[in-house]
Amino acid sequence: MTIADTSAPVTPDHNTVLSRMRRALRQVPFSVGFGIAWLAGMVLIAIFADQIRPYGITAMDLRSRLALPGTFPHLLGTDELGRDVLSRLIQSIRMSLVIAFGATIISAIFGTTLGFLAAKFRGVVEHLVLVLADFQAALPFLIMSIAILAFFGSSMSLLIVLMGFYGWERYARIARGLAISASAQGYAAAVVQLGATPMRVYLKHILPNVASTLIVSMTLTFPEIILMESGLSFLGLGVQPPETSLGNMVGFGREYLTRAPWIMLAPSLVIMLTTLSISLVGDWLRDKLDPTLR
Amino acid sequence: MIRFILTRLLRAFITILAVITFAFVVLRMSGDPAQVMLGPDAPNDTVLAFRAAWGLDQPLWVQYVAYIKSIFSGDFGVSMRDKASAIQLVIERIPATLQLTIPALLLKLAIGIPAGIYAALHRQSIIDRGVIFGAVLGFTIPSFVMGLLLVLLFSVILGVLPSGGQDTWQHGILPTLTMSIGGIGILARFSRSAMIEVMGQPFIRTASAKGLRWKDVVWSHALPNAAVPIVTIVGFMVGSLIAGAVVVESIFSWPGIGRLLVVSVTNRDLAVVQCILLMVAATMVVSNLVVDLLYGWLDPRLRSQSAH
Repeated sequence: MTIADTSAPVTPDHNTVLSRMRRALRQVPFSVGFGIAWLAGMVLIAIFADQIRPYGITAMDLRSRLALPGTFPHLLGTDELGRDVLSRLIQSIRMSLVIAFGATIISAIFGTTLGFLAAKFRGVVEHLVLVLADFQAALPFLIMSIAILAFFGSSMSLLIVLMGFYGWERYARIARGLAISASAQGYAAAVVQLGATPMRVYLKHILPNVASTLIVSMTLTFPEIILMESGLSFLGLGVQPPETSLGNMVGFGREYLTRAPWIMLAPSLVIMLTTLSISLVGDWLRDKLDPTLR
Repeated sequence: MIRFILTRLLRAFITILAVITFAFVVLRMSGDPAQVMLGPDAPNDTVLAFRAAWGLDQPLWVQYVAYIKSIFSGDFGVSMRDKASAIQLVIERIPATLQLTIPALLLKLAIGIPAGIYAALHRQSIIDRGVIFGAVLGFTIPSFVMGLLLVLLFSVILGVLPSGGQDTWQHGILPTLTMSIGGIGILARFSRSAMIEVMGQPFIRTASAKGLRWKDVVWSHALPNAAVPIVTIVGFMVGSLIAGAVVVESIFSWPGIGRLLVVSVTNRDLAVVQCILLMVAATMVVSNLVVDLLYGWLDPRLRSQSAH
């Protein structure tokens, strides 16, 4: 009897959780589901790149150079030096995702901080931030990065830092606007009255209230950073050999466009599907998180 | 209105000054041009002579002041490699870049805007779905992939169009297409959403309720109001024309400004890079300025706001 008593209320509870999950899943459109699955796959590939990669990225198989895809033992074929395209693709996915993740986070933190500083101090600081944002908007990012990378020489850390400047002005403008309107609201004034330091007010009270809008901008910046990095690598100014990234693979595959188009097609397809997935999932998230942005 | 224009002009000027400073700081901080141009084995007095000849032995701020002065007197320096005037080198390449960017821009406007407006007025139609799909493609396919796919299809598989160079007008087709396809999608999507938003406004309902013909409602009530956001994105497209040309000109070995930039950057040709940086920034600033002024003309509300 006691057993029945305890289990009875649990079962319907369990059911509602399950059915709620099922309902939530059914509400996800097919395209968004595909996007989430693809992105999850990409993240898994990036994490376990070392384990699933069949060959080393510089391992050459000189007897089967420019091998066709679909042939054993090189599933996606080989390039001009007999290096396995699949292995290089896996490593490229890791490289491009690491750069894009790192850069998105740097850019969000940097931009939001500047935006908050502008909102807190107003006056000269605010003008300075806005002039910097104007400057960033006036100089196309690709041109600016080409100049910097070519003159300082390309290195992995410089590339991440540089990409970390991509889109900061967007976060700065959003964070500034949101923080100014938030600090006019009762809750911010209340914690200030309670003696909270500005740091605490901004990080613990204002940031959580504006976070959803900032996350939405991150879903916009992320694919753009992937495209920017692959563009630079394509021009030979981004990731340098022997390391490889998606754009880098397309750039080198271009030399063999007539004889071995698969070298260039495989990474191109990954770039397209990844940016497509992020924009599908991002659009969906935007509708869920921030109905005002629609 | 005059105050509005003056503030815009001042902001544009400050932005240009910031770009000049940026170019100067980055390019001077990055290494000794004398070593790069002459190689590591150059004798010491050659290096010193080179530095004296290019003013590189002066303190940095002296170089900076001299630089700003020369920029505003129209002197952009001399290419360290070709010994030709930098601005001359850049100007020589402008026609080639315009040959690609102007047709590409016209294609974007002529196809993108009507397609977006049509899609907004006929939602769920085939054109509407096509616009949404095209916009997604335009956003997700980077231009270097698009360019190579076009080369693969038209030059390698079909063999009907040349894949690089600038000899005949046929050589311009693939680069122009590469530049415009993505932009058409993006512009169509923008026009569509701008138009949808306007069509949902109460004054459209009023206009149809008072018995205006549908054509008049669209042409004289909806379109002028949808123009403001469309003009914004077009202004941005005009401003970033040169940036878009960098990748496309590299793919198709088209001798324009974009290619000149990539080549000069590999050669560390400071004067040419600075000149192009300034030109790109100036294009962007001027097109933003024009857009701002167009707002005043398109939207009387903004005009009256700026009046006081």
